[in-house]
Amino acid sequence: MTRAFLEIENLARRFPGSDGELTVFENASFTIEKGEFVCIIGHSGCGKSTIMNVLAGLDAPSEGHVFMDGIEVAGPSLDRGVVFQNYSLLPWLSALHNVTFAVRSRWPGWDKDKVREHSYRYLKMVGLGDGAELRKPSQLSGGMRQRVSIARAFAIQPKLLLLDEPFGALDALTRGTIQDELVKICDATRQTVFMITHDVDEAILLADRILLMTNGPYARIAESVKVELTHPRERSTIIHDPGYYRIRNHLVDFLVRRSKELAGVVSDTDTPSVTSTTPVEVNPAVAAADPPTANNVGAAKA
Amino acid sequence: MLQSLNARATLLSIALLLFMLGIWEFANHPPSADKPLTEYEILMGGADQEARVPAPSEIIGRAVEELSDPFYDAGPNDKGIGIQLAYSIYRVLAGYFLAALLAIPFGFLIGMSPLMYKAMNPFIQVLRPISPLAWMPLALFIIKDSETSSIFVIFICSIWPMLINTAFGVANVRRDWINVARTHELSSLRTALTVILPAAAPTILTGMRISIGIAWLVIVAAEMLVGGTGIGYYVWNEWNNLDLTSVIFSILMIGVVGMLLDLALSYATRLVQYEE
Repeated sequence: MTRAFLEIENLARRFPGSDGELTVFENASFTIEKGEFVCIIGHSGCGKSTIMNVLAGLDAPSEGHVFMDGIEVAGPSLDRGVVFQNYSLLPWLSALHNVTFAVRSRWPGWDKDKVREHSYRYLKMVGLGDGAELRKPSQLSGGMRQRVSIARAFAIQPKLLLLDEPFGALDALTRGTIQDELVKICDATRQTVFMITHDVDEAILLADRILLMTNGPYARIAESVKVELTHPRERSTIIHDPGYYRIRNHLVDFLVRRSKELAGVVSDTDTPSVTSTTPVEVNPAVAAADPPTANNVGAAKA
Repeated sequence: MLQSLNARATLLSIALLLFMLGIWEFANHPPSADKPLTEYEILMGGADQEARVPAPSEIIGRAVEELSDPFYDAGPNDKGIGIQLAYSIYRVLAGYFLAALLAIPFGFLIGMSPLMYKAMNPFIQVLRPISPLAWMPLALFIIKDSETSSIFVIFICSIWPMLINTAFGVANVRRDWINVARTHELSSLRTALTVILPAAAPTILTGMRISIGIAWLVIVAAEMLVGGTGIGYYVWNEWNNLDLTSVIFSILMIGVVGMLLDLALSYATRLVQYEE
């Protein structure tokens, strides 16, 4: 068996608390293939962001290992680009310089013009230009800031792109536009992406696979839901796919009901629910029968 | 609206100035001789017994006189106001920049290392509240040169706000920006120069602005103590000459130079300011 591009093995993160250790999540094991777009969904506090920080190398796991291309992740690297929820642009630099900052650290040998030209190309790709690139982040709208942040992450051409709720702080219209752009860019570049989201529809639109986390503490990755919808996806046509609502219902059912039922299971007491650390593979789009959750369609967001 | 607000404020400032100068001017006229001089007064040449604070008109006259030739030098006790101010500014800037040279790198160190911060904090807390002039005897004894000693006093008084503000600014750089530096694999030096320094610059400059203010306060007292040259010495010398007009004129000059130093630093602060 060949190794997957990204392998996460038995990851756990425990924090020292006032009354003993607090386990945020444990036994998290999953893999991501090259070119795959994987979303992770779960309620607040289940440790999604912690997993992302471990993947980015910003945080060290209490247990377990992360391997990328067969090499263990130890510390941050330019091979993994991160888009933070709050954009994390450097406010004293213009949009363009925020990108050249990244490009220069990726390719220190490049001359000024090449760095500039490369950065411009990626800003153009996310729809920024015509003078907007010369403005400081404080003079840009939230959506534009997030575009700069995405351009910065893509510009360093990372092997793995990590997105931490990138659209969480944006209004619905802006979010929609940037999601569409992200779909286009990812289809074109076949970028490997791991993304945290709270938004079920966003996950279905973007992802090839969706990981579902149970509630914390002692959260774990319970299911890996395959999103078998054709590419390229469009917001307007995707909803007519018969698989769409089956996937959606499955996700919503998990979030409103089963994430709670499966939560708080301590692995070292031998409860039958945890027999394997790998998530259960589910493919609702081709599943014969739906779970009885058709009335959950209205609950759009977790 | 703002234009008219500024205009109105200027108008009010001028009105207040004229009003106060007017009261000062008229309150200082010697009482008119409404009754005939006594025999004693005639014997004393009719002099007014009471020394008076000079009126604004006299001070303005002195100011015009001094400022029309600010750089004359007629011996150790008679130098132009420009020369005296230049001596003071030179000492302030020398001590101040020496302090900055030490305080900013050192502040970086204790801002970035919690260990260094905890280790250095007791020393800072004890040394900081010491009046800079209390160092003067020790400085004179060790350095054996009054000029250098006054520079040292400026150095020691301006180091603390810069040190503390630098440490505070560096320690409070947003975690996100540090993470940006880390995910881009920046070296420690490049992180310090391209992320932490610009992020902490407004706080550092605020410390530098506080320092220059304190340094200018202290130089006057220091020069009164060591004598020789400088605006502090000038004030004290004119007091010994009982030339109150010059004393008041130099007080005003101290205020004007202090304001200019502060303006320069506030301009520099604006250059590094950023909006989040």
